[in-house]
Amino acid sequence: MTLLTLERFYVLAGLMLGVIAVRIAADPRHGRRVGSAVFWGLLGVIFVAGRAIPPVVTGYILLVLVALAALGRVGTPSEETTSRDERLAHAQRLGNRVFWPALMIPATAVAGTLVLSRLHWGEVRLILPGNAAVVSVGLGAAVALLLAMRITRARAQAPAAEGSRLVQTVGWALILPQLLAALGGLFARAGVGETVAGIVAQVLPTQYPAVAVAAYCLGMALFTVCLGNAFAAFPVVTLGVGLPLIVHGHGGNPAIMAALGMLSGYCGTLLTPMAANFNVVPAMLLELDDRHAVIRAQAPVALAVLAVNALLMYACVYRF
Amino acid sequence: MIKLVGILVVVLGFAFRANPLLVVVAAGLVTGFAAGMSFNAILAQFGALFVDSRYMTLPIILMLPVVGLLERHGLRERSEALIRRAGAATAGRVILLYTAVRQVSIALGVSIGGHAGAVRPLVAPMAEAAARVRAPELSDKDSQDIRAHAAAADNVGNFFGEDIFVAVGGILLMKGFFDGLGIEVGVWSMALWGIPTAIAAFVAMAWRARALDQRLSLRYPARKPGGDA
Repeated sequence: MTLLTLERFYVLAGLMLGVIAVRIAADPRHGRRVGSAVFWGLLGVIFVAGRAIPPVVTGYILLVLVALAALGRVGTPSEETTSRDERLAHAQRLGNRVFWPALMIPATAVAGTLVLSRLHWGEVRLILPGNAAVVSVGLGAAVALLLAMRITRARAQAPAAEGSRLVQTVGWALILPQLLAALGGLFARAGVGETVAGIVAQVLPTQYPAVAVAAYCLGMALFTVCLGNAFAAFPVVTLGVGLPLIVHGHGGNPAIMAALGMLSGYCGTLLTPMAANFNVVPAMLLELDDRHAVIRAQAPVALAVLAVNALLMYACVYRF
Repeated sequence: MIKLVGILVVVLGFAFRANPLLVVVAAGLVTGFAAGMSFNAILAQFGALFVDSRYMTLPIILMLPVVGLLERHGLRERSEALIRRAGAATAGRVILLYTAVRQVSIALGVSIGGHAGAVRPLVAPMAEAAARVRAPELSDKDSQDIRAHAAAADNVGNFFGEDIFVAVGGILLMKGFFDGLGIEVGVWSMALWGIPTAIAAFVAMAWRARALDQRLSLRYPARKPGGDA
């Protein structure tokens, strides 16, 4: 038995989305009252009920969410926050104490990962080790919220209002990462990866060791750009290109190939809007006008690191 | 070949800036149809995988109320005040320091940071405040550029620190993959070969951070001579 399961935190998150939906529905000033309330409410239902809903029903709910977003029915927040002068006054009054709760989140994450996942009383565990990272963040958020309420002495409504404001600032993009993960699953089921890997292996003159390395590194990056996830690209590209050409064809070292190949995939992750949780959601969260501004900022790093990976692999994979 | 039509939909959809949610669903539908699935089967697949990946969205939903509450009470203003006291701080240096913290902590197996928990409330305001010390008239466009670089620092630090630690997703996935094929590959040798790339990524980020500072100091020349980039 586990006390803090992931499912409990899903319920908590779902309830919070429900609170947001109710706040929107009760707010006559909201520009997109009905659409937004329905959107966040339905998402809350998926979080709370999750596995209890038949998948096909969840699928139809997703169609409703996507339709609301695409038709512009999901609006920006109407919640009011404090003015800059008020915030400066608070900052003056609270001093560095305002940082404590913010530091509680990483502190709990560290403690959770290192300690809490090992705690158990007989059969009763606090956290499943496999879930430790995500659960610790949820736990950290809860502990930080309690501490923040104590320090700021805010009214009980304040965190709900602020959570609602920020969730709506991110907007419909919040569900993009999960939808993309689902698309990745569909691609995998349809065998998209094998087809692409087959084409790469056929078209390029991979009898040259350098071409094999380039095909593998670029293949990992391009594939990740298309799928949005290096973990999904790795088995496909490694089976289709890496193993037959680099390891079996030219006698390369599989550890070096895999390590640098995966890191080449991460370069692809930095370049693609398909990796929405890393690239698109942060752009919304930081209130950037350009959805792709984060990708633009990191693209030079991604391309430079990709070049380093390919050169390093060519220099080492056939030698060690 | 027909299976690749989904990728085509994604590329065209993003190129023409259609609503990404719509693009993803359309790509899923055409891929499913190409693979001979029914409409309901595709939706069921979408539904099941969406529920399975709730963990991706969970941290951000749970973190936003406390981050918002602290912002309401001047967290960002306090971060700015703190950085104004550090004379040597520039936007690029703040961003680079955060990259280092993120990369080293991840490499040691603990996740410190994140876009919701650290970049929005702490790193981005600090970087912007450091820039404003030198350039009080900082334009909105430039402050957005600084924020975008702060988000990029989180990603770069996260991705290229992760594969040095053996007990995480990337390394374990590779190990499992090779085990399944009966190929003997050690986790430590894979982690070791992640180090050169980690260093290269940090150097590349340092180059970008410096370029950002130089761009800013060209656009907002210091009033007194010797104001360094």
